[in-house]
Amino acid sequence: MEPDGQLKPSSLSTKDLPWQVLWSKEKCSLCGRCTAVCPVQAIEPGVHRKRVLQVPLGLTEKPGNIFGVYHGIRQRTDVAHACIGCGMCDMVCPNHAIMPIHNDEPDKLRFHINQGGIPRRRGGRRNARESLLDSIKFVRISMLTDPALDAGRHEFELRTLLGRILPPEEALRVTREGGWLPPVREIYPLILGSMSFGALSPTMWEGLQMGVAYLNEELGMPVRFATGEGGCPPRLLRSRFLKYIILQIASGYFGWDEIIHALPEMKEDPCAIEIKYGQGAKPGDGGLLMWYKVNKLIAAIRGVPTGVNLPSPPTHQTKYSIEEAVAKMIQSMSMAWGFRVPVYPKISATSTALAVLNNLTRNPYAAALSMDGEDGGTGAAYNISMDHMGHPIAGIVRDAYLNLVKIGKQNEIPIFAGGGVGKNGNLAANAAALIMLGASGVQAGKYIMQASAGCLGSEADRCNICNIGLCPKGITSQDPRLYRRLDPEKVAERLVEVVVSFDTELKKIVAPLGRSTSLPIGMSDALGISDRDAAERLGIRYVL
Amino acid sequence: MCRLFSITSKEPLSPMVAIRALDVMKEGHDGSGVGLFMTDLGGDFEQFRGGPILSGIFSNTGIKALDRYMMDMDFMTKYKLSFRPTKRPPTGTPRRDNYLIRVYEYPPDWENLPEAEVQRRLMMCRLQLREMGEKDGSMMVFSFWPDVIMIKEVGDPMTVADYLGLNRRELQARTILAQGRQNTNYAIDIYACHPFFIQGMATMTNGENTAFLPIREFLMSRKEPGYVGYQSDSEVFTHILHYTYRHLNLDLETYKHILTPLKDGELANHPNGPWLRMLKQSCRPLIIDGPNCVMGCLPDKTLFMLQDSKKLRPGVVGGNPGMFAFSSEMCGLDAAIPARDKSRDFQPMKYDTVFVGPERQEVGRWNQMDSLSRLH
Repeated sequence: MEPDGQLKPSSLSTKDLPWQVLWSKEKCSLCGRCTAVCPVQAIEPGVHRKRVLQVPLGLTEKPGNIFGVYHGIRQRTDVAHACIGCGMCDMVCPNHAIMPIHNDEPDKLRFHINQGGIPRRRGGRRNARESLLDSIKFVRISMLTDPALDAGRHEFELRTLLGRILPPEEALRVTREGGWLPPVREIYPLILGSMSFGALSPTMWEGLQMGVAYLNEELGMPVRFATGEGGCPPRLLRSRFLKYIILQIASGYFGWDEIIHALPEMKEDPCAIEIKYGQGAKPGDGGLLMWYKVNKLIAAIRGVPTGVNLPSPPTHQTKYSIEEAVAKMIQSMSMAWGFRVPVYPKISATSTALAVLNNLTRNPYAAALSMDGEDGGTGAAYNISMDHMGHPIAGIVRDAYLNLVKIGKQNEIPIFAGGGVGKNGNLAANAAALIMLGASGVQAGKYIMQASAGCLGSEADRCNICNIGLCPKGITSQDPRLYRRLDPEKVAERLVEVVVSFDTELKKIVAPLGRSTSLPIGMSDALGISDRDAAERLGIRYVL
Repeated sequence: MCRLFSITSKEPLSPMVAIRALDVMKEGHDGSGVGLFMTDLGGDFEQFRGGPILSGIFSNTGIKALDRYMMDMDFMTKYKLSFRPTKRPPTGTPRRDNYLIRVYEYPPDWENLPEAEVQRRLMMCRLQLREMGEKDGSMMVFSFWPDVIMIKEVGDPMTVADYLGLNRRELQARTILAQGRQNTNYAIDIYACHPFFIQGMATMTNGENTAFLPIREFLMSRKEPGYVGYQSDSEVFTHILHYTYRHLNLDLETYKHILTPLKDGELANHPNGPWLRMLKQSCRPLIIDGPNCVMGCLPDKTLFMLQDSKKLRPGVVGGNPGMFAFSSEMCGLDAAIPARDKSRDFQPMKYDTVFVGPERQEVGRWNQMDSLSRLH
């Protein structure tokens, strides 16, 4: 190494990177597909010089060496081009001659991934694999005192309610007097999303919408899809499929000009309106759609010029108090659809959630509360927000439910929970645990991307570049060269498979508990955990 | 498993009729307890129709505490029937000092109170006595209500009945609910023994209520002092009935719709679909998830039976005008009313509610798919 100051502070070796690219010269056919597909150009064609010793037998010729070259790939080590471990090189390699391998020690890249003074931003979830939800077991198994049900052949009513439900006395009185009954939707307890048109590619969105339509119209499963902030394609707004959509309004109000203009032409009401005040992946921070994802289509739907950064403010600028401004916003949105559509806020799970909830109980137009925990996913956020901000979902759902029980309103304001549901692949088990802790349903976005479109992101910090529009699977890219990789028909098929299998797994959980006629919301006597503190905190059984 | 038997008869009957019916169904219960609810009383109690009757088990110190409490409340004893067993109790049955059935005269200052207030006060007295007794086990109070007697004990129904001498002449009723086996899923606790009672209504259940916890939480958050106890998961059926009648001003037909609402597709085709959907949604935490067969008695002495929507517990009703019985098993019905037209026996299925009104002339049936008989 030359002692001339060429070694910069951020000069890294491949060992310093989180992912090392292993390449086999023996297998490589030099086709170049890997270097072409790599979304971050972490590898490039390389010409390598190699010395070969030649030691002939006998004494007549002296040992010598020759210098040869061979062609292959070279891993780049500068920060901007560090391998993200997506493994697309392996996927396209005809001979499986190349593969990223995760470093066996914490990488050094993390100390340098703030070049130019810009902290790391990425997509994905909190880079933490542990999950409290995974450790919750279902322990109240129907045995000899009451027979377990047959998950395959029994009838199950796995539906939940989204909307403000009046207490029985009040509901009877209002009905008798012909008054206003708040709108209530009977839906499937798994809500897809919230994922925006903009964060997701057009093919991904189209695939999901087709899958949702099939689930509803062919399979009779009232599965709903929640848009993120970013509006909704105009044709969808004017179609009968709008009833399967929960429209989100967030602090940037992106897409709402289009929605408001479409109001007179809507054939159906949307399922609900979600007012996003916060998100689990980046609590207290707004959306972060950067210019390279704002193409013509996105710009048109969002009502902005193309190629501009679209960061949403951390909060709605018109808000300063929950008592007044939030109540007014809920009421205004209700009024826009003639009080026929449930309107509810979505917040980041936070230690102040109970104050929000208590306020909502006093607001007759508040239809639900959605809470998104620290393990929630996103298309773009600062790494610091994702890894360190937010509140775990299990405890806050339990607190919120027990708070409602205390005031007798556990059936009036449904709680929807999201944030890491299925982060380790256990979607149904995590959903059932949250429901039995008191949630009326769950929201899942990241899992749906992983399962129905093959998203490569993981809690081992694999890929996670949704934010830069270079998604190698075309899921979160707005570049047609990338998103055409994704066949919307196949996404729809996979989505249907995912939800149908979720349904079977949910039945496989509730059937042995003897439950089939209603969703076991708050059935905490069925839950156990082998952590005494967690058991005490959640008010569930401590089991060993 | 539990076995249930209830009977309603024009002529007063000894509770032994029900005990014998339970005895023939013995293969179906483990003899771990017996509970009796008697109303529309005959025998010595007939003459005291209006006065509240206290039923319970008291230790000798409990009796003294009871007397002090009742005197403080200004109640006066009008009549009493106490069993003070001298024999050795049967195996499994604890030794008790006093099984008490006592008729009181209302305190003079209750005279001009509205009926609802009297009923509330009676319930509060029962709850206070129960609470006082729970501290040291000196008092166990099952009911405090006019024209109602309840007896409960751990042990085999027939053996306990012999031990307590329930065949005595003074003890007769026209409407009787009896259950064999107390709730043995949990620790043996006399308060877990069916039937359960609140303000003139009683129910008993065969089966396991898997949705117990959320239902209990909902009931306990209704600000109704009577919704306590829950030593058995079946007590919620009694309280849901009470909630249906007393809080919602609804009836038996809607009780069935609250417990086991119709599915969405069924509601879409039901003549009262929108109203029933509203009821289903607002009473969602009260939906049971059986298997359960529920039998009960309303304040007007109507006996009823219904099933959960999975229909996994047996139940049959049959009889003749003047006397009908509801039984977990056919053999229990045969034992009580052998001479009847068996072709008219009816086993309610998941949509049915069957009942015999106070006139005891026929078995009424409602099917949930039918339109409601009363507009709400």
